[in-house]
Amino acid sequence: MVLKAEGVSKQFLRETKGTNIFMAVKETDFELPEGMLTVLTGRSGSGKSTFLNILSGLLEPTAGKVLIGDKELYQLDDTERSRLRNRLFGFIPQGQSAIHSLNVLENVLLPLTLYGEGEADQEYAYELLELMGIAELAGSMPSELSGGELRRMAIARALVGKPEVVFADEPTGDLDDENTEIVLKLLKQTAERGTAVLLVTHENDALAYADAIYRMSGGVLEKV
Amino acid sequence: MKKITKSLSYRNLVKRPARSIALMLLAAFLSFSVFGGTIIVGSLRSGLSSLQDRLGADIMVVPYEAATKSDLENIVLQGNTGYFYMDSSYLKKLAAMEGIGQISAQFYLASASSGCCSIPVQIIGFDPETDFTISPWIKKSYNRPLQDMEIVVGNSLNAFVGDTLTFYGTDVHVAAKLDRTGTSLDTAVYTNENTIKTLIQASLDKKLNNFGDINPDKVISCVLINVAEGYTIEDVLNDINLHVRKVEAVQTKNMISGISGSLKGISDVIGILTAAIWILSLVIMIIAFRMSVNERKKEFAVLRVIGASGKKLFHIVLTEGILVSLSGSLIGIVVGALVILPFGNFIEAQLGLPFLLPGGLKVAGLACISLVASVTAGSFTGALASYKISRMDTGLILREGN
Repeated sequence: MVLKAEGVSKQFLRETKGTNIFMAVKETDFELPEGMLTVLTGRSGSGKSTFLNILSGLLEPTAGKVLIGDKELYQLDDTERSRLRNRLFGFIPQGQSAIHSLNVLENVLLPLTLYGEGEADQEYAYELLELMGIAELAGSMPSELSGGELRRMAIARALVGKPEVVFADEPTGDLDDENTEIVLKLLKQTAERGTAVLLVTHENDALAYADAIYRMSGGVLEKV
Repeated sequence: MKKITKSLSYRNLVKRPARSIALMLLAAFLSFSVFGGTIIVGSLRSGLSSLQDRLGADIMVVPYEAATKSDLENIVLQGNTGYFYMDSSYLKKLAAMEGIGQISAQFYLASASSGCCSIPVQIIGFDPETDFTISPWIKKSYNRPLQDMEIVVGNSLNAFVGDTLTFYGTDVHVAAKLDRTGTSLDTAVYTNENTIKTLIQASLDKKLNNFGDINPDKVISCVLINVAEGYTIEDVLNDINLHVRKVEAVQTKNMISGISGSLKGISDVIGILTAAIWILSLVIMIIAFRMSVNERKKEFAVLRVIGASGKKLFHIVLTEGILVSLSGSLIGIVVGALVILPFGNFIEAQLGLPFLLPGGLKVAGLACISLVASVTAGSFTGALASYKISRMDTGLILREGN
């Protein structure tokens, strides 16, 4: 399923820097094709994460539309959009993102248990934990994990629902070289299985795995 | 697959035990104050109502000295023992007056000592032929005419049906034990006219009666009157006080007005205390929930990212509020019941007012109302925090601190 952005832009009100309006993302057209790992690079504050949040249904654009298949994302109400996000999207947020009252396996299974529909594929969850090298921590609480382990847990959680689109916001930020390679390979394999993967990063390691590369600068997106 | 939302709320509470216990204690305060407050005020009101019912007459006529020395109020309201007498001819005189509906004499005597009690008890005699205040009450516990040398004991006395008590060397038999009234009447003994005359004579014989020269057959202690239809209590009262010498007619409603005043004062204090506890607890709960939600903003953002709608987040936090306030409220009600229900007599003694605990059904009803009120209030504080979190900017929160 192709994810498309047509003429999306995002402006914020900012009262501290002379002008009141700050254009985080300028009018942009974009297509995230299935079966490809698309890498979006750019400096901090360039608008990468804002753009990612718009595409993933978390932040309504000031103008333009986001289409997933034939559905216009921001025409759906919050409940419908959230259900769609749960069903079709996997999201690896920046920083630590564990739910501290759940153990590692429960955290990973959370997207599947949130609405209690269908069967949660525990085997696949274990498989992902194996791949991430944290299978032995399945029963541990997040407070017992290191930063890198928590990040790997978040990646497993994003993939457990076999989503059609995966958004990864700096997924290798806390990881060492070995784990970075594992994660990037896994995202690449995910794309090869037909998933549309958008990887936002400022690390050059990811570029080697990319099928398409975009750079964002001052809210302007350009294909490299 | 089982939905995780409810267990997530529960686990969030378990994960932060100190905060959850603090919130539960606040909810417990809410329910305790409502339950305890309403039980105490309700018991005082029942006590007053019971006293009004037991007095059961519009007017009491007593010897002038008894009214001025407050002997009457001491006996009827405070539960102290005492006795006074006037000539029995007053009964006929009063009965002949205009506006008298029901009329009956009563006879008072205080025991010197008895097997049932460590302190003297008040003995009240009545004429079964004319009595309209004590007999209906006795009938609830003993549905036969009281025979000579039989007595009925108040609920608080340590005597039981079949016991024999001795007053001034005279044996009397306990025929019945009355229901609790929550008033001083619970510590009195009731008997018919013949028996009390025998006991008064026995007290005279033993020279233990302060009125050494009376003839028991020719004295009464007071006259109880219900006004006939078409007459006002005030008119009849004034008529008696104007035309009958050496006696004082007292309106029973006025006798208990002092108690009503005290009850209102206590009700007001309890009301203010309850309101203060509620305001304080609610403010603290709102702050605590807000802090708890702020502390977990990132977690809620993550839930949003994986597909939780604003409504779902609202439910998760609201469920936390309901769980914590429900468990806290139950604790508050149980503690309230354990603290107040077994200590009715102690509270009565401390307040010096009639105190009649409501029946089991009413207590259960009050417990339910208190539970609903405090759970609603606790949930409301959770709902405020839930509303805030359901409207947060997920993208912004995800980037905070990174």
